[in-house]
Amino acid sequence: MQVPAQFEYERATSVAHAVDLLVKYNGAGRVIAGGHSLIPMMKLRLARPEVLIDINEVGELAGIVRDGDELRIGALVRHNELLDSAEAAQLFPILVDAERVIADPIVRNRGTVGGSLCQADPSEDLSAAFSALRADAVIQGPQIRRTVPIRDFFVGPYETVVGPDELLVELRVPVRPGSGSAFVKVSRRAGDWAVGAVGAAVWLAGDVITEIGIGLSALGAQNFVAVEAEDFLRGRVVSAEAFAEAGRIAAEHCDPPVDQRGPADYKRHLAATLVARSLTLASHRAGREV
Amino acid sequence: MDITVTVNGRQYRRTIEPRVLLAYFLRDELGLTGTHLGCDTSNCGACVVWLDGLPVKSCTVLAAMADGKQVRTVESLARNGQLDPVQQAFIDCHGAQCGFCTPGMLMTARWLLDRDPDPSEERIREAISGQLCRCTGYENIVRAIRRAAELSNTADDDGSSAALAGEQRDEVAS
Ligand SMILES: Cc1cc2nc3c(=O)[nH]c(=O)nc-3n(C[C@H](O)[C@H](O)[C@H](O)COP(=O)(O)OP(=O)(O)OC[C@H]3O[C@@H](n4cnc5c(N)ncnc54)[C@H](O)[C@@H]3O)c2cc1C
Ligand code: FES
Ligand code: FES
Repeated sequence: MQVPAQFEYERATSVAHAVDLLVKYNGAGRVIAGGHSLIPMMKLRLARPEVLIDINEVGELAGIVRDGDELRIGALVRHNELLDSAEAAQLFPILVDAERVIADPIVRNRGTVGGSLCQADPSEDLSAAFSALRADAVIQGPQIRRTVPIRDFFVGPYETVVGPDELLVELRVPVRPGSGSAFVKVSRRAGDWAVGAVGAAVWLAGDVITEIGIGLSALGAQNFVAVEAEDFLRGRVVSAEAFAEAGRIAAEHCDPPVDQRGPADYKRHLAATLVARSLTLASHRAGREV
Repeated sequence: MDITVTVNGRQYRRTIEPRVLLAYFLRDELGLTGTHLGCDTSNCGACVVWLDGLPVKSCTVLAAMADGKQVRTVESLARNGQLDPVQQAFIDCHGAQCGFCTPGMLMTARWLLDRDPDPSEERIREAISGQLCRCTGYENIVRAIRRAAELSNTADDDGSSAALAGEQRDEVAS
């Protein structure tokens, strides 16, 4: 039997209410969404919040909405909702690819998009996917609502720019023409965390890559992104050789952890392979075969 | 804190510590021991119950989060002495050996069949992929869920949860 340490429970009814509660408890309060990262950590006493602020009833945080040239994904959107979203599937198949291999269907009924990103586990799949898409995070504090590019959102393992009195409200993903995206993951068994995973998004004008995003999960990439590989590809014509070279560059610049999921050289090899594979699938989806 | 939870159509009011997990609340406070606890770490799925119509791992949900909500456990499956088709099919196909994983498997199977009355083997395997069985090797569980689909599709009573909803009473337990 694993039981968390004692805490008080508050149920927020709106974003403003949740932020008021965070201010009221002055650093002692912690937001709980799906609880599928936080509750296990509390059971192990790796986390001991004095007050839990439950945001599950905050309707403002739910829902996936197309708003002009952005897709807005609420922080409280459950993994399964994103997986089943026709809009997301059409615009950003990378998100659906990723959701299909995050945990299992029962965990996906509960875990949320916002919780995944705020958890900032180095193996979190959505961190790599949203980084590839160059999404923006909308964060509400007591005074202001600010927008932070997702690439500036992660401070380090388990650490983000969301302050103790702030709430992640939604992700905004820019919708631009000529895009294709994909997510590929290797894990030891169904539903497990990645040995390595890569998300790629390309924006093409004809055969030329005008913008590119490559996100790496569990592979020890700074801020989940392969910036050097992106710089190499930007402005180039899509080709199998260019994608293989991007994979090589990404592998060279990441620093995979050695753990029970495998040695570093294997993971580096995996990074190169998955970068090339995800880019190939992303450009196929953008209408360009390599 | 005081919470009111409707479990299998019956309303319960209890005073609990906020840290009590839903699985323990069901078992220890309400005596509904059909819900099992295996890993206690959201990995095995023995503890699956429905929360507002969706299967969740109740070892990783606070009872406080279920305040004002509907919970459905394995105890709700059989009605008027009649087994749910998933239960009958698990018997017919030897879907249970020690039975430890069975309550969670049954609740997920019922959910799957409510959404997809004729699931492929692949869909069944996907649906139960968050649940561990140490005995059966899964073959008989998959077969049982297929059979439940066939039983439901031939029976007059479709065995779905819609029937249960109609039966729900708002009765306050003492
Ligand atoms: C068995 C299992 C397998 C898993 N496998 C995978 C996997 O393969 N890949 C993967 O990527 N993930 C995996 N996960 C992780 C899962 O994606 C996350 O646990 C979960 O989605 C986190 O979201 P949550 O809503 O449960 O967050 P919570 O546990 O509620 O919160 C996590 C953290 O985020 C904070 N937080 C939550 N929402 C907000 C908000 N709106 N604003 C500010 N702070 C917030 C909380 O305070 C907490 O610190 C797995 C989890 C389990 C239990
Ligand atoms: S006891 Fe809940 S998942 Fe194992
Ligand atoms: S029947 Fe024993 S664990 Fe499944």
